[in-house]
Amino acid sequence: MITFTLNGAEQSLDIDPNTPLLWAIRENLQLTGTKFGCGVAQCGACTVHLNGQAIRSCVTPLAAAQGSAVTTIEGLASAEGVMHPIQEAWVAEQVPQCGYCQSGQIMSAVALLEQNSNPDDAAINAAMSGNICRCGMYGRIRKAIKRAAGESVVGVFDPKANNPQEASNV
Amino acid sequence: MSKLGKWSRRGFIAGGVVAGGGLVIGVALRQGDRRGDVISSVTTDGDELLNIWVKINEAGEITAIVPHSEMGQGAQTALAQMLADEMDAKWSDVGFEEAPATDDYANWALGKGFILGDAAVPEALVPTVDGAFYQVAKAMRLQITGGSASVRTTGLHGMRVAGAAAREMLIKAAAGKWQVAESELSASESVITHVASGRTATYAELASSAALFSPSPTPKLKDIADFKIMGKHVERHDIPSKVDGTAEFGIDAQVPGMQYAAIKAAPVFGSAVASIDSSKAEQRAGVTQVVNLGDAVAVVASGYWLAEQALKDVNVKWTKTSNDAVNTESMREQFRNDITNAAADGSSTSDVELGDFTKAFASAERVLEATYEVPFLAHACMEPMNATASVNGEMCEVWVGAQNPMGFRYEVATALELDPENVTIHQHFMGGGFGRRSIADSAIQAAMIARELGTPVKLIWSRAEDMQHDIYRPGVTSKFRAAVAANGEVLAWDNVYHEKHEPAEAPVIPYAITAQHIHHTDSPTHLPFGPWRSVDHSQHGFFTEAFFDEVAEAAGEDPYQLRRKLLADKPRHLKVLDLAAEKAGWGEPIAEGKGRGISLQESFGSLVAQVVDVTLAGGKIGVDRVVCAIDAGFAVSPDGLTAQMESGIIYGLSAAMYGEVSVENGAVQQTAFHDYPVTRMADSPVIETYILDSGEAMGGAGEPGTPGIAPALANAIYQATGTRVRKLPVSQYDFNYRIEETEELG
Repeated sequence: MITFTLNGAEQSLDIDPNTPLLWAIRENLQLTGTKFGCGVAQCGACTVHLNGQAIRSCVTPLAAAQGSAVTTIEGLASAEGVMHPIQEAWVAEQVPQCGYCQSGQIMSAVALLEQNSNPDDAAINAAMSGNICRCGMYGRIRKAIKRAAGESVVGVFDPKANNPQEASNV
Repeated sequence: MSKLGKWSRRGFIAGGVVAGGGLVIGVALRQGDRRGDVISSVTTDGDELLNIWVKINEAGEITAIVPHSEMGQGAQTALAQMLADEMDAKWSDVGFEEAPATDDYANWALGKGFILGDAAVPEALVPTVDGAFYQVAKAMRLQITGGSASVRTTGLHGMRVAGAAAREMLIKAAAGKWQVAESELSASESVITHVASGRTATYAELASSAALFSPSPTPKLKDIADFKIMGKHVERHDIPSKVDGTAEFGIDAQVPGMQYAAIKAAPVFGSAVASIDSSKAEQRAGVTQVVNLGDAVAVVASGYWLAEQALKDVNVKWTKTSNDAVNTESMREQFRNDITNAAADGSSTSDVELGDFTKAFASAERVLEATYEVPFLAHACMEPMNATASVNGEMCEVWVGAQNPMGFRYEVATALELDPENVTIHQHFMGGGFGRRSIADSAIQAAMIARELGTPVKLIWSRAEDMQHDIYRPGVTSKFRAAVAANGEVLAWDNVYHEKHEPAEAPVIPYAITAQHIHHTDSPTHLPFGPWRSVDHSQHGFFTEAFFDEVAEAAGEDPYQLRRKLLADKPRHLKVLDLAAEKAGWGEPIAEGKGRGISLQESFGSLVAQVVDVTLAGGKIGVDRVVCAIDAGFAVSPDGLTAQMESGIIYGLSAAMYGEVSVENGAVQQTAFHDYPVTRMADSPVIETYILDSGEAMGGAGEPGTPGIAPALANAIYQATGTRVRKLPVSQYDFNYRIEETEELG
């Protein structure tokens, strides 16, 4: 039995602990915003946060989540349903095309801004190059990150503050 | 020369009363030229139609129901803009639905119910509406999203006509109500106003009486100067759901009681299962069944990961085929031989014969020759192929993201020997399409597994399966000769290639070269081919525009200036080319180790010029900046068009820099993004897009950005390195070596 919090709510799963976290989230917990892209940590579509760190859930066993806080794209908005400033920046820059990679892109971008509130191009390249966008929206992603950073995302938004259970676990 | 599909307004327009009172208008279009169809499965007789329907209900909500899928191109929002503008509707009143549950649409009784509800259709209209729906039933097989066609065909001839016709009917209704002349009325923001008396009526109030008029098949369309919503920036409808994880892609379908399947198809196309030992796999926890599909083996389990693990335990022997001896090099050799022989023995088929090219070559001061090659390419959509299916007796349901839902319906029906009426396709968002999701293979597999299983099943291809069982952009070889006179005049252009698909005009050059011979031959391989973003333009754009720079050099001309000279009678081309050159700073000095290249490409009715800047560092090429100018006639959604240019450029850049599908012993070798790399954030250039609204016939957006990047890149690399890139991808070149060689020679 693996117990962890998913977007602040406690979850227990009695399945093979080697199951990649991706499939546990998508199939057992039925949150499908996190995507399967390659299964070998090369594309970033499956990116979620494990205790605030961006990880590739397709190669992370469920067992690694034991006692930890997992945040997915569905957990970014506030309890009142207000979008995370990164999500708002994504809308403002009209970033997504097909949209399939965007959950992973957004989770990587949120993790970046939580660690570096004003990333330069090199920092954006380093943090975001693990996320492939076949629609090629890299320029818009870069702009959206800078827009969100310009609006002091970290200063005004603390996802953990909206999520007391998660905060207590970190 | 044929364009990709010629559409006429032959066809029909019909009106009726919507449930609860309100107006419904249907527009159907007849496709005049079928050669644009890239999906052979839906090209039967030549009399199919493309349909759209528009509803206005009593609450004033305006909904367009359109048979086009959203794969990220933003077409649905642009189409809604076109409708709203011609109707003079309030933008916030206008919604959009993709033609739902397609069998409802294709079935007259259910379709009538969907559109009309329980409302009585006026007797006089019954034959028309019945006829219309009968046509819809036939027509929906042409529910294809491809060919960069949504906006310029459905939009121009369907949405705008429907919107303008609706507006006329609403005006008529108001004129009748107030007993005034139609000319005294004006429409704006979903309200009709009689200026003289100050009376107003909303579209909601007028809809049911407007529905009693017959729509005009030729309503007056607005001039560009009168556009209020077209050409303006509006936010795309689908974006919010794509930033919060709620957008449902095919892979997200949830069907009660479904199980999960992983699949491995025969590594060599044409091979089949010879023997199968599934005993070990069947013993694994969670495994329900191992299914032999003849040319593929699937494992069904309670979870996808379990199915994927168990699949490795299935021991399959595949039949030997003659394809087992094929590899990348043998195919290249075949291509070279086939085109050389066809050119030599005169068996090639001509696309273009212009002037006395034989004489021109014989008399030329200089004849330039070059052979260009591009590899097979995978689509590598972010969302691997997948489909969820349920088969219950004679009934089948499939949940999938399809560029061609009705084609899928017929293909699934054919494969399972079911009546198409009993097959329902539940359309989902597509995690990339690029042509790949016009092919129904995974949907057919899912349906076959579900039938075998007796319960619903979600089939997901692994990334390796997706790479190795694509329908590929073909590998192509193209040979050129150009005749150049002593004074630099370009006398003749000869080009022979293989693999002619669509669009027919892809190898045609816009330049005024008086003698031309463009011809092709067949050189089939066992790899399946299919539409890949911009289809044949993806290879010919590179071939012709890169070779053109070689010709310019031989002629002693600047490549931009030679293009200008040979486009003197094509002002629209010139404008696009000049705009890109000016914005990029063409002609400014270029530092050592840097290069600047240009290209011009006409495709899908749009003109695109690109200028690429590169830097050579450590033997590697970095792409710094791409300046792109496009004339698509008129940009309905300027930001959407810009996004499509950015997207098409990065897609083409990935292929030009890295893309290669290789074959050994008949099997595709690539498995994921380490051996099929694509452009990532760190190596993506700055892209500047400039839009020219010429007001000419509307062109496409989704594909025209792709073909021009590879040649502009190759031309820039030549300036930076002195190496002519005649073979893609660029990643196979070691520019360090070339530089050393040059130094030694110097």
